[in-house]
Amino acid sequence: MATAHGAEHGTTPTDYIVHHLTHLKVGEGFWTWHFDTLLISAALAFLTGWVFRAAARRANAGVPGKFVGFIEWVYEFVDGQVADIYHGDRRFMVALALSLFTWIVAMNTMDLLPIDLPGGIASLFGAQYFRVLPTADINGTMAMALVVLLLIIVAAIRAKGIGGYLHEWVSAPFGSHPLLWIPNVILNAVELLSKPVSLGMRLFGNMFAGELLFMLIALLGFLVVGATGGSVAAFIGQILMGTAWAIFHILIVVLQAYIFMVLPVVYIAMAEEHH
Amino acid sequence: MNVNATFIGQMIVFAILLWFFWKFIVPPIAQAINDRQKKIAEGLAAAERGQRDLDEAKSRADAVVREARDRASQILDQANRRSNEMIDSAKQTASAEGERVLESARAEAESETSRARDQLRREVGALAVAGASRLLGREIDAKAHAQLLDQLAEEIARG
Repeated sequence: MATAHGAEHGTTPTDYIVHHLTHLKVGEGFWTWHFDTLLISAALAFLTGWVFRAAARRANAGVPGKFVGFIEWVYEFVDGQVADIYHGDRRFMVALALSLFTWIVAMNTMDLLPIDLPGGIASLFGAQYFRVLPTADINGTMAMALVVLLLIIVAAIRAKGIGGYLHEWVSAPFGSHPLLWIPNVILNAVELLSKPVSLGMRLFGNMFAGELLFMLIALLGFLVVGATGGSVAAFIGQILMGTAWAIFHILIVVLQAYIFMVLPVVYIAMAEEHH
Repeated sequence: MNVNATFIGQMIVFAILLWFFWKFIVPPIAQAINDRQKKIAEGLAAAERGQRDLDEAKSRADAVVREARDRASQILDQANRRSNEMIDSAKQTASAEGERVLESARAEAESETSRARDQLRREVGALAVAGASRLLGREIDAKAHAQLLDQLAEEIARG
């Protein structure tokens, strides 16, 4: 695959990597839109929403079919995880965890597509660049993390009232003495901001690294130049390493989605606690 | 890799997805699972109740069978007693009847004997008359000597 694509463009390995790391963009400066990230993530959001809605419409107290049973199995797994962490009415928390988990699994799974396939298809429509993995775009992961940050703040205000929340900013964790207000605020700001940053950067880093490794494995295709021993070794190496990494990557796909599902629930549960 | 407007778009997409899951996916699935749990709990309770009813009915049936068996053995005892009584009374009746028959037979035999004796006596009387007339060489008028003959016959009979 890599050979054909690379040869077609007549590029060097560096050009190949750079080409694969370039987004399909619209606009200038800040007002640049990554069309590929937006398209794929929205399509996958639509897909997961549609699949779960189809199951939710069919779910009833009777014996569930295989499809509904599978969706309910996923739901009960997420519900169990949330119930362990969050006490109280957890319907919104389950919706948050379930939508994060399913959407991130769907987006991460895009990394398992053959690396040149999405770009190849996009080029049929005249697109020069196409990155199919929305979670390897910092915009994609940080957007989710920022929504989580907003939810943390809203949950804290709902639990403590606006006055209680502001009081906590200046008085925790050191104490409510006026001299301690500034250190308290600084520490709280760091604590609050570290949550979405670590969430977003963790997912982004994992998926970006995974994608990059697929690209490096694909570079072995550049060594296949003719009927030589080196070509055969490179070809076999590419297949073996690509397969091994793809199988290992299945774990990362689900694990990262799981982490991104559980941590926001933990953060919100913490935010609602009184100090 | 730089942050740009895509960020805003992604936030909107995620917010819509979250809202959709919250409003249209979690409630019906939670409802279905709760309903099913309730249904299963009810089913288990019903099964337990049925088991209890069955046990109760079984013990009741056992009691009825036991009572019937007691009653049957009682009736059997009664019947045995009754039949023994009947046999005893029949035996008594039979032996009494036998005694009676024996008695009547004996009486009959006695009367037969006395009748035979009377006849014999009469015949002896006649023989005696015949013998005497042969000895005397003439006819004895039975009528003339009736008194004598009767006396003789009586003597013979007595002797």
